[in-house]
Amino acid sequence: MISALEWSIILLSLKVSLVAVTATMPAAYALAWLLARRRFPGHSLLDALVHLPLVVPPVVTGWILLILLGRTGPLGALLDRWLGITLVFHWTGAALAAAVMALPLMVRAMRLSIDAVDRRLVAAGRTLGATRWQAFRTISLPLTLPGILAGAVLGFTRSLGEFGATITFAANIPGQTRTLPLAIYTGLQVPGGEAAVTRLAIISILLSLGALMVSEWLIRRNTNGRAHVV
Amino acid sequence: MSFEIELSHQLGDCALSVDFASDAACIAITGPSGAGKTTLLNCIAGLITPDRGRIVIGGRILHDSARQISVPVEQRGAGYVFQDARLFPHLKVAANLAYGDRRRGQQQGTIDRDGIIETLGISGIMDRWPANLSGGEIRRVAIARALLAHPQFLLLDEPIASLDPARSEEILTMIEQLGRALAIPMIYVSHQPQETARLTDTVITLATPLPQSTSPR
Repeated sequence: MISALEWSIILLSLKVSLVAVTATMPAAYALAWLLARRRFPGHSLLDALVHLPLVVPPVVTGWILLILLGRTGPLGALLDRWLGITLVFHWTGAALAAAVMALPLMVRAMRLSIDAVDRRLVAAGRTLGATRWQAFRTISLPLTLPGILAGAVLGFTRSLGEFGATITFAANIPGQTRTLPLAIYTGLQVPGGEAAVTRLAIISILLSLGALMVSEWLIRRNTNGRAHVV
Repeated sequence: MSFEIELSHQLGDCALSVDFASDAACIAITGPSGAGKTTLLNCIAGLITPDRGRIVIGGRILHDSARQISVPVEQRGAGYVFQDARLFPHLKVAANLAYGDRRRGQQQGTIDRDGIIETLGISGIMDRWPANLSGGEIRRVAIARALLAHPQFLLLDEPIASLDPARSEEILTMIEQLGRALAIPMIYVSHQPQETARLTDTVITLATPLPQSTSPR
């Protein structure tokens, strides 16, 4: 029913998106926390930088990544020389492009939930003997869990659909960086590719719907019985 | 001395300044709203660092700005019953009660957990979420949570405010009973003098702060 080629495209897309989201989660949460709770010089600059991929054309984001992380780019050359890592033309490059594009959505969702945490509850925890870290782990973190899940799902679906930055930075290499959107685009370039495109389009719609449903279920399960569901 | 508190703190437009020492087991703090009653409790609990001052309770120095001593909140051993209860919404009643118990349980001597739960009449609601509790139940759970954290002193911030008279009476009696049983220093904040009269003779009244002169801009 689903051909081997289609499977490989699906698995590549899932791999790229899952790696992008899981690798970005801690950084996204830390950034959300920093932006929500701390005031420091450069706060608005950091805020703008995080949000940049949301407002700039994805092709431009991909181009910036290419300049910075391409083989001859300042960061790319260092990675190549010291660690032997090349991101361009490689699936990790596609994951990085997806991560950068997903970051602002993840930070936004997490930041909303961090803003919503009642800090008086944290103070109450402290008087009951919890250190700063323990209060974070037992109060703030669980209370922001719905935001973390929402951010993860938004980031994951955004990564699944990522096209512009990926094709610009990581190129369109079959088996390496040709994820679902890139495969659909490629199919459209080929005469007689409509049938293949239709199948891939349906698959990507089903994948995104599936991700949404899983998140709804997770959020409902994690806020079970509580009146303050976000 | 059970209490030696001498501090001053500026919070926004309000200047709080207190200086008292007492040997009473329980003292009451009254005064109109805005006089800084809650601010004073927060200073004692360690949630606010006063601009300057010295706080000694039951012989323990909790804060002394002259000697640069300030015990961290979590080590002060306050049993703080907040005016707004502050039950953790993501934990059931049982887990709320265990929160402080678990953390401080081993350090200090045993506390009569069952007795406290019995006295406060909350054994039947252990499995409920805070969102599904009545106002009186919330207060009783908040009091139990503070007591079960093995406190070395109690801070009660209007624990019966906004409850109907029958409930207030009931909870006041429980506080009286538990306070006597635990025998630890207790500070009871209220703006109702008749409430505090039955608990203690030592009443400290905070005056309405004089408005700070604000120069026109």
